[in-house]
Amino acid sequence: MTDVEETTATLPLARKCPFSPPPEYERLREESPISRVSLPSGQTAWALTRLEDIREMLSSPHFSSDRQSPSFPLMVARQIRREDKPFRPSLIAMDPPEHSRARRDVVGEFTVKRMKALQPRIQQIVDEHIDALLAGPKPADLVQALSLPVPSLVICELLGVPYSDHEFFQSCSSRMLSREVTAEERMTAFESLENYLDELVTKKEANATEDDLLGRQILKQRETGEADHGELVGLAFLLLIAGHETTANMISLGTATLLENPDQLAKIKADPGKTLAAIEELLRVFTIAETATSRFATADVEIGGTLIRAGEGVVGLSNAGNHDPAGFENPDTFDIERGARHHVAFGFGVHQCLGQNLARLELQIVFDTLFRRVPGIRIAVPVDELPFKHDSTIYGLHALPVTW
Amino acid sequence: MKIIADTGKCVGAGQCVLTDPDLFDQSEDDGTVLLLNAEPEGEEAEENARTAVHICPGQALSLA
Ligand code: SF4
Repeated sequence: MTDVEETTATLPLARKCPFSPPPEYERLREESPISRVSLPSGQTAWALTRLEDIREMLSSPHFSSDRQSPSFPLMVARQIRREDKPFRPSLIAMDPPEHSRARRDVVGEFTVKRMKALQPRIQQIVDEHIDALLAGPKPADLVQALSLPVPSLVICELLGVPYSDHEFFQSCSSRMLSREVTAEERMTAFESLENYLDELVTKKEANATEDDLLGRQILKQRETGEADHGELVGLAFLLLIAGHETTANMISLGTATLLENPDQLAKIKADPGKTLAAIEELLRVFTIAETATSRFATADVEIGGTLIRAGEGVVGLSNAGNHDPAGFENPDTFDIERGARHHVAFGFGVHQCLGQNLARLELQIVFDTLFRRVPGIRIAVPVDELPFKHDSTIYGLHALPVTW
Repeated sequence: MKIIADTGKCVGAGQCVLTDPDLFDQSEDDGTVLLLNAEPEGEEAEENARTAVHICPGQALSLA
C-alpha cells in the first residue's frame, strides 16, 4: 500500500547560499509552519519551522527519541540491525526516566567548571597544530591541519581512547553521517566502530583508572553496583562521534564566515571578550545538526495549534527555527553582537547537547589563537568553490584551503 | 525577585552558569544547578536571571 498523503516538501531541502539556510524554510514558515513533509526514508512527518514550536515540542514529555521505533522520522534509509546483536541505545536515543538517570551519571563530567579545567591542555593542542600549520606548505587545508585534529584529540584524551586510531574512527563517523552511502555501508561502519569500542571498554574494565572519563564511569558503576558494559559502549560511541564531527565543522565554517565578514572579525580581534558572542551567532547561523531535533509523538498533542497524533514523526528544523524572525531580528544577517543565546543549535529540553560547553571552549580557543597567530590568514580559493557538505547529516566543509 | 530552581528538571547544561556565574553554579557530582544567590539585586543581575530562565533547556528555572 502506498501512502498518498499530500506533503508540502521533501526533506532535506537544498541550500542556495552555503552560508544561509535553504530558502524554502522561509516559505514553509510563512505558509505552513507545521507541515507534512516526505523524508528520504520513505516516511512522512511533520516539519516545524517556528522557533517557539520547536522549543515547545522539544520540552514536551509527549515526544520520544527512541530511534529504534518505526515511528522515529529518519533522514536516511533505515538500517536493519542483525538479530543476534541487540542494539543498546545511547543517550540521544533514550527517553526519561532511563535517559535522566543515564545523563545524570555523566553530566558532571561536562560542567562549565570541568571544561574550564581543560583549557590549558586545549590551548597547548591548538598551539601545536598552529605551529605545524605555520611550518608547513601553503596553501594548507585547515580541516586537516586544525579543525579535525583538535576536537578529535580533545575528545580522545577526555574519553581515554587512543588517538592513534583516529583515522579509523574518522572514516567510520563520516560514513555514518553521509547521505550518499547505502544502508549496508552505514551499518558496516556502525558495527566496526561498535566492535572497536566494545573491546576498548572491556580492556578498560580490566584496569580502570581515574585518568579518563570511561575509567571514571567504570569505577562509578562499580560503586553503585550498576555495572553496565553495553551502556558504556553506547556512551563512548556517542561522545566520540559527536566530539569529532560537530566541533570540527563549526571551526571550519566559523573561520570561513569570519574571514568573509572582516568587519565582524575586526571586532573580535579588537576585543577577544566578544568571541563567545560570535560563537553563539555562528552556532545559530549554521545549526549544523539540524535534524538531531527529530522526535515522534507518544500521545495526541497540540503544538502551535496543530494536532499531532500519537505515532507521528516530527522534524524540528532547528535551522529554520534559528532563522525565525519572531525569535531573531533580521535573522539572515550575521551579527556577532545580537545576543543569540536562545538559539536551538544545541537542541532544547532534556536532550540539549551534553558537550556544548566543551564545544564553546574549543571554538573560543581556536578562533582566538588562530586569528592572533595567523593574522594574515585568508581563504585560498574563491568561496563558491569551497566543498560544503551538502551530502551529510551534519553540515560543514570537506576542506578549507587557506593561505597567509 | 526570587529565583527558583527545580533540580529534578535540570539537565545540567550549564547555560545558567554561563549567563551569570555569580548567581548560578553546578554541582560537581551530577552537574545540576546550584543557586549561589537566589535573590538577585540590581538591574543587571535581574536581567541575567530572566535570560537564564528563558534559555534554560530543562525549564528548571523560574522566577517569583
Ligand atoms: S541552564 Fe537549566 S538545565 Fe542547565 S544547568 Fe542551569 S538550571 Fe540546569
